[in-house]
Amino acid sequence: MSEYRLPSLGADMDAAKLVEWCVKPGEKFKRGDIVAAVETDKGIIDIETFEEGIVDQILVQPGTRIAVGSVLATYHQVGEAPAVSTVTPAAQTTVASIPSTPIHDAATIVVDTGVSDRVRISPVARRRARELNVDVGKIIGTGPHGAISIEDIEKASSAVVAAEEQPAEKLGAGMRRVIAAAMARSKREIPHYYLSTTIDLTRMLDWLEQQNAKRSTTERIVYAMPLLKAIALALKQVPELNGVYVDNTFHPSATTHIGFAISLRHGGLVVPALRDVDRKDCATLMRELDDLVARARSGHLRSSELLDSTLTVTSLGEQGIETVFPIIYPPQVAIVGLGSVVERAWSVGGMIGSRRVITVTLAADHRVSDGHRGGRYLAALDRLLQEPEQL
Amino acid sequence: MSAATTNKTTYREALRASLREALQNDARVFLMGEDVGRYGGSFAVSKGLLEEFGEERIRDTPLSESAFVGAGIGAALGGMRPIVEIMTVNFSLLCLDQIVNTAATLRHMSGGQFNVPVVIRMTTGAGRQLAAQHSHSLECWYAHVPGLRVVAPATLEDARGMLQTALANPDPVIIFEHNALYNMEGELNENAGAVDIERASVRRAGKHITLITYGGSLHKTLRAADKLATENIEAEVIDLRSLRPLDDATILQSVRKTRRVVIVDEGWRSGGLSAEIGMRIAEQAFYDLDAPPARVCSAEVPIPYAKHMEEAALPQTATIVQTVREVMGQNV
Amino acid sequence: MSGTAIDKNLPAREQAIAWLQQMIRIRRFEEKCAQLYGATKIRGFLHLYSGEEAIAVGVMSALKNTDAVVATYREHGQALARGIAMPSILAEMYGKQEGCCHGRGGSMHLFDAATRFFGGNAIVGGGLPIAVGLALADKMQKRTNVTACFFGEGAVAEGEFHESLNLAALWKLPVLFLCENNLYAMGTALTRSESQTDIHQKAQSYNIPAEVVDGMDVMAVEAAVRTALDAIRSGAGPRFLELRTYRFRAHSMFDPELYRSKDEVEAWKARCPIATFSAKLLAANLITQNDIAAFEKIADDEINAAVAYAEAGTWESVATLTRDVYTEMTA
Repeated sequence: MSEYRLPSLGADMDAAKLVEWCVKPGEKFKRGDIVAAVETDKGIIDIETFEEGIVDQILVQPGTRIAVGSVLATYHQVGEAPAVSTVTPAAQTTVASIPSTPIHDAATIVVDTGVSDRVRISPVARRRARELNVDVGKIIGTGPHGAISIEDIEKASSAVVAAEEQPAEKLGAGMRRVIAAAMARSKREIPHYYLSTTIDLTRMLDWLEQQNAKRSTTERIVYAMPLLKAIALALKQVPELNGVYVDNTFHPSATTHIGFAISLRHGGLVVPALRDVDRKDCATLMRELDDLVARARSGHLRSSELLDSTLTVTSLGEQGIETVFPIIYPPQVAIVGLGSVVERAWSVGGMIGSRRVITVTLAADHRVSDGHRGGRYLAALDRLLQEPEQL
Repeated sequence: MSAATTNKTTYREALRASLREALQNDARVFLMGEDVGRYGGSFAVSKGLLEEFGEERIRDTPLSESAFVGAGIGAALGGMRPIVEIMTVNFSLLCLDQIVNTAATLRHMSGGQFNVPVVIRMTTGAGRQLAAQHSHSLECWYAHVPGLRVVAPATLEDARGMLQTALANPDPVIIFEHNALYNMEGELNENAGAVDIERASVRRAGKHITLITYGGSLHKTLRAADKLATENIEAEVIDLRSLRPLDDATILQSVRKTRRVVIVDEGWRSGGLSAEIGMRIAEQAFYDLDAPPARVCSAEVPIPYAKHMEEAALPQTATIVQTVREVMGQNV
Repeated sequence: MSGTAIDKNLPAREQAIAWLQQMIRIRRFEEKCAQLYGATKIRGFLHLYSGEEAIAVGVMSALKNTDAVVATYREHGQALARGIAMPSILAEMYGKQEGCCHGRGGSMHLFDAATRFFGGNAIVGGGLPIAVGLALADKMQKRTNVTACFFGEGAVAEGEFHESLNLAALWKLPVLFLCENNLYAMGTALTRSESQTDIHQKAQSYNIPAEVVDGMDVMAVEAAVRTALDAIRSGAGPRFLELRTYRFRAHSMFDPELYRSKDEVEAWKARCPIATFSAKLLAANLITQNDIAAFEKIADDEINAAVAYAEAGTWESVATLTRDVYTEMTA
């Protein structure tokens, strides 16, 4: 028993509609006879047989659309017994005689990615690394051929700035990087203006000495503390210096956490925050400060303590620096720099005398405040420091 | 030991010398094309050759590009070494079928049974106010086709030496001669001989930027490099010499060194050779680039007749200089 | 059976049988190709020669081994008659690497260096300039070869036809231009595309001696070709034969033949070169019906063996995809 299948007549012929049969069951045919007509996109085409035989069964009726290779009818050779067809006339797909060709990527060329000694980093990743001040030499790239991608840079940058509380062992070099990136960003993005004033600290220091004389050594208050308190209280009068600048908007802070820059023995700087300086008394602040310093120096600060500040104060008084020109720590909008306390000739009440003075510098974000406001702040600070009993 | 003697000559004379040498050395070589014989060649390259070698070897053809280029292919198949001269690339459009469908494909279609050792020479380029139909630079179309080899001699040495190598090559070689070069004068070593037809050449070393070009644009590019040197920009100039195959190794070595590139190509930018070279650089030297690749090409317009318009349409030394400045980060 | 022909116009028996067998061989081969194409063994385009066998057989009979042949995409008949091995042709059409072109060309691009068979060309008219060049090479190297150039009547509309005839005549090149005029260029009848349908007259306008030949008569074809070849080899320049013939099958497999009537096809089938030549030989008692059946069986056996060869053939590795684009040069 043999099968007569719909032949393929063209490269782009997948199927055809049977239009009419030219033979019927039982009829004899020879090679070259037309057995049927099929309709294709191009028109009606006669299909022939290359064999001899007798038709057994017609399996596809006129009007049916069938795929190339489908069995249309069965037949047998002369002399054979006709067989009952068990072939289901459902549309059958052509038996693929050509193995599916593996897709050869003709576009593949041997890419000589070169023997450059440069770090493999994409141009845009390089730019981002500059912005975030990321050291590309330490990054493992996940881009093509191990190149550093922009994602690699951003991941490396944000990994350092952890949102939840983290033990300080993770800090150290990471912190350095964060500060470095922040400083670079600050200088790039924040339009700083600088105001400087020299404040007569004599009265405050005299008061402090009196206070300390009544205290034990361990409870002594350093002169920085009333300074910090005054710095915090003065913010009430110029709140544009207390808060954060994010998404092109200034968000004033309801609290006053002062970041206090502490230098570390091995070099480097940390700026943990003293919280609610405006509300605590000096003794409490002192205790907290001691604790912060101790933990800073031993590397046990909590990351939240580094992120809380609403204003930072930096003091280089111990180095004998008279005037500090500080850099705002983003996203804050101001920073106060303190020089050393020095003895200077001073005019008081028209008379020249020797006073202990300190030069205080305010660097502020000109997008949020201006020199006028900054000036008011320093004036307020000065006034507060002239009445140390109120601090 | 004295230096080898050089002679003052022109690009045209160098080509003629290469033809004479080929005709003298190999009886299978013959020249065929329009006006190559009696007229002496439309650019006077073959002047005197008919008298020297006779009508069998120097054949004037009717204006039948398809027939005589196809005949050149057939003659090559039949054991000759024909040099077919198509007057200009503009007229080669009439025989694109024979070049692309026969010369380029025969080896492959026959499964390696036949090769086609035909050399086709064509004049190319603009700059003589000949307007749109006589000013094409279509080297890129031929450089596009596997099975062809395409070269662009831009120096006297290459004019003198490429033909010999092309004739020795078993596959079709197309030689593009820019019309502005024929009168170029210079000194040529009297022993100048065959040169390779696959490698680019660094014509001028430099460390700040790579300028890649070929053919008629080479000398404009070299002049641009001279001008840039007075601005302390040291440009490296690469003469491609071979347009198919392109010498990736030389290109990449230079770009990796200088990290900046400008491609100068008299063809139009859209889908041209500059696009191909730029893409190869992007594929293989992406991480070495300090600036995006740039190019100076002809303006997207059929070449106009009026002199100032034609000049504005074509790459010029000043535009090359300006583009380099921009890539270097100045004048932006 | 005696060896002498009773009819003086007939060739000697041996020659007659050779021609008949060759025509039957081509006819059966083409039918098998049609069947294989329907079974998707052969792909792409397939153009069959059925009805035109007398031309290929007559021409190849007269050519020398050292002559060159340029043909068209309808070149199976020419390839078989020229002597390219049938298994190698069929394997080529299957796309197998055992094919004459390693499967790179297919049905339209059969090439064979040994028999100077230069394709197989899918560009109508594209072969004429090549033929002119091959003839030029033979003439310049002082060889007496002729280049036989086959093309259909559709080619005479192409510029390359005119350029090539002109150049061949101008330079007196040894080309035998063979126009197989089967009246249809795909679906366009000659009368609808040519202002001058007497094609041989076009050749005469280029000063090329030209004749019309009955392409359904193998004897007429062979005689005309023989005469033309003698003239060409004597240095008289090119010659042109317009061979009037008909293809019994469609232009290619996927063609509903909307452009011609079935009556017309039947009328030409009545002039089938195999049937008419067989009848002549039978009438002259040079062969019997049994002989014809035997020839058919011999052809079928050879074809079946070729099919088996092609079926058993292997696919070229994709890894060698880019070979034979350029010639590998040693040193």
